[in-house]
Amino acid sequence: MQHQVLIVDDSKLARMVMASAFRRLRPDWSLTEAVNAKEALEAISGGSVDIALVDFNMPGTDGLELISRIRSVSPHMPVAVVSANVQDEIISRARELNAAFVAKPLTDEALGAFLSGAALRLRKKA
Amino acid sequence: MIADLSELSEVERDAISEIANMGVSRAAASLRQMVGEQVLLSVPTVRIVSRKEAAERVELGNSHRLVAVQQSFEGPFAGRALLIFPEGQSLELVRSIVGPEHSLEDIIDLEQEALAETGNIILNSCLATIANVLQKPMRMSLPSVIRGDGATMFATGVRNRDPNLVLFLYIDFTIKSRDIRGFIALLLDLPSIVALKEIVRDFIDGIDRQ
Repeated sequence: MQHQVLIVDDSKLARMVMASAFRRLRPDWSLTEAVNAKEALEAISGGSVDIALVDFNMPGTDGLELISRIRSVSPHMPVAVVSANVQDEIISRARELNAAFVAKPLTDEALGAFLSGAALRLRKKA
Repeated sequence: MIADLSELSEVERDAISEIANMGVSRAAASLRQMVGEQVLLSVPTVRIVSRKEAAERVELGNSHRLVAVQQSFEGPFAGRALLIFPEGQSLELVRSIVGPEHSLEDIIDLEQEALAETGNIILNSCLATIANVLQKPMRMSLPSVIRGDGATMFATGVRNRDPNLVLFLYIDFTIKSRDIRGFIALLLDLPSIVALKEIVRDFIDGIDRQ
């Protein structure tokens, strides 16, 4: 089953790396990019986003704040925080928001594991 | 006991080096993953020096034109972390990260932004590991790219009472089989040195109790 994935990262390089991993792992899924929280919430309110991958360290609203706002409209959407900030506090705050944590630098293995889990959750819900 | 601001004891220096080494090793692993080549690290050096000496150290054996990604951090102690390269090598670094399929024009377009994101990953890996080891949460700023000589890198941006003395921690790294080398440097101001000494003492006591 194909899914619509939202990538939220202020860094173009980070979005390129993510898109390149998707071409290897899930070439048939479609990607939407957002560079900040505002764009991300607009994309999500459009209703077509199934899965979101959110950078933590962004100007303005950070990734965890964004996810807590996503949760108020989409309590069950599979979401991951993607960050090199591997502090225990950040990872546990992600868990409290029912979000996965995927470390940067991104590996196909870590992204693939999150996407498989997300696909499974979406299938169960359907 | 009044903390001596200008001196670190042997055990404090050793503990700070060891903790920094854990952070930088994680950062080197991140860099290795990004460039796909082995990254060699020097032994960390920890010293309390003047900003001028710190600036001279990063210029040693390098051209005076440097490029750095810097991030400030705040928590129980505050300072700046910098990933520094000789300016001529930054394009080569970006090329090794984005891969050979991009043209030189693309790489030049991407350089600033790719350096910022690379610095963000490397410095966050390092600082987050240190925060986890010390069990002290830290907030990291967004990365920014600065260009200039050693004095430009270390002159500004840290709030402190004595603008001259800083705790200067640096580690050289080399990307094997590519002609890329650089430094990771951490700079702490004087009030932060006092706070760090206390945290390190607690950390050492914690090991003794185990």
